[in-house]
Amino acid sequence: MSIVGVLALQGSFNEHIAVLRRIGVKGVEIRKPEQLQNVSSLIIPGGESTTMAKLAEYHNLFPALREFVKMGKPVWGTCAGLIFLADKAIGQKEGGQELVGGLDCTVHRNFFGSQIQSFEAEIEAPELSSTEGGPETFRGVFIRAPAILEVGSEVQVLANYPVSSKPTKGSDSNSAEGGQEGNTSSQTRVIVAVRQGNLLATAFHPELTADTRWHSYFLKMMGEGSSSSSIDSVGTDSHIIHPPPRIDFPIYQ
Amino acid sequence: MADTGVVTVYGNGAIYETAKKSPFSVKVGLAQMLRGGVIMDVVNAEQARIAEEAGACAVMALERVPADIRAQGGVARMSDPQLIKEIKQAVTIPVMAKARIGHFVEAQILEAIGVDYVDESEVLTLADEENHINKHNFRIPFVCGCRNLGEALRRIREGSAMIRTKGEAGTGNIIEAVRHVRSVMGDIRVLRNMDDDEVFSFAKKISAPYDLVMQTKQLGRLPVVHFAAGGVATPADAALMMQLGCDGVFVGSGVFKSGDPARRARAIVQAVTHYSDPDVLAEVSCGLGEAMVGINLNDEKVERYANRSE
Repeated sequence: MSIVGVLALQGSFNEHIAVLRRIGVKGVEIRKPEQLQNVSSLIIPGGESTTMAKLAEYHNLFPALREFVKMGKPVWGTCAGLIFLADKAIGQKEGGQELVGGLDCTVHRNFFGSQIQSFEAEIEAPELSSTEGGPETFRGVFIRAPAILEVGSEVQVLANYPVSSKPTKGSDSNSAEGGQEGNTSSQTRVIVAVRQGNLLATAFHPELTADTRWHSYFLKMMGEGSSSSSIDSVGTDSHIIHPPPRIDFPIYQ
Repeated sequence: MADTGVVTVYGNGAIYETAKKSPFSVKVGLAQMLRGGVIMDVVNAEQARIAEEAGACAVMALERVPADIRAQGGVARMSDPQLIKEIKQAVTIPVMAKARIGHFVEAQILEAIGVDYVDESEVLTLADEENHINKHNFRIPFVCGCRNLGEALRRIREGSAMIRTKGEAGTGNIIEAVRHVRSVMGDIRVLRNMDDDEVFSFAKKISAPYDLVMQTKQLGRLPVVHFAAGGVATPADAALMMQLGCDGVFVGSGVFKSGDPARRARAIVQAVTHYSDPDVLAEVSCGLGEAMVGINLNDEKVERYANRSE
């Protein structure tokens, strides 16, 4: 049985592991570079991308993550994870943030604005429903979500979302620099899910819904790609204290 | 809040649904993204940047940190919206702000300037001794304090999408936060082992709505994200809260009232991520400089903010 690593620096990693458990796959928390050697695929969860980047930097995870992506192992980023995987991100904090890169696209961090502009929507994803079956649409939860503004030629667009007018008011600082680029192309749809080879990226949070199709879609990518090497039990330091297991967070319908 | 107004309280299981545009799931969603993170109190844009740089997952914009509110006394109110806007512009992480308990107009103002979360906080002076804000009427999510399970579930029923323990803010003393976390977690453990027939009486005893008590029993945890707050001053305090089962930590005066804020902030962030790894905790706890001066809570003269509301 394959083991999926979930980057557990901050954010919704518990939720991803819970979804994986529901479809009968073991997910393990990844906090240190050496732990990446024990897994054949990786999920970078949602959270605050600035925070996750800082924590990754403290523990020198970026070289290991880039190496992991370069080896062609399947990696899936949701929300903050999408920003991590993008080659270029705009609307970042002062001084920018380090990215893993690998996905040929430009991401607008926090495109949809502050929490009050967060929303849920039914989104069409033909590729998803043709591979995984089920309804034509899925429930996309967008929490202070990013959006993809441009993609390279090798990137397959899996889902997009209509934007009524210009990019939302957003926070003033972001629209100052990021807004211009968004406006020039005056687009009416922004891309919210893409795939490039073994990289999958979504701007929304499938881990917050009961729909497990995106997770099983990702797991199928593992099958196509690398022949999963034999996996040793994930090395656990004897020092680690094991507090009682976390109880899964409820899913709100 | 023109388009809200209607509150379906006990409607077909969707007990939380009110404003169409901002369902409870989306409100809880942001809190879920903050899990495993640290939320820091800041009083200006510069501190906000230090917090962001250290890896805080959100900041709480304030005019005075709780330790100063304690020292200076007087009425503590919502911060100047201008200050909150400046802080919002300075950082990309979510910005929270405090409103007085029961002061729904302060909350309306905070919603209007687009903060990401409102903390209806006992640290500010109360505006209403009887009632909290009806948080269903807002599109913006709220976080509220609690000392025990009953209080937590009452706040959730009022529409709070995130819960934090009250602890004792501005003291640098973790004892109250531990008491409150243990009380919530302990009551949940008792509840889980309870016979269904006993839940009615238990709900009455803790003065909480029956349906939420039952939901908590089934889940085995609070139905919303549960952070610790009030008295966290060191990385060890933060990791203690995580090991007791909290989803994340608020640090109020602990960071910017210490000798080396940037370093301490970073250490607390790392401690929350690696809360179960004593090697990392030891490493990050080294050489942090002076911690904030604590207050001994056995002193009768210290006002208990936690007891201000029920």
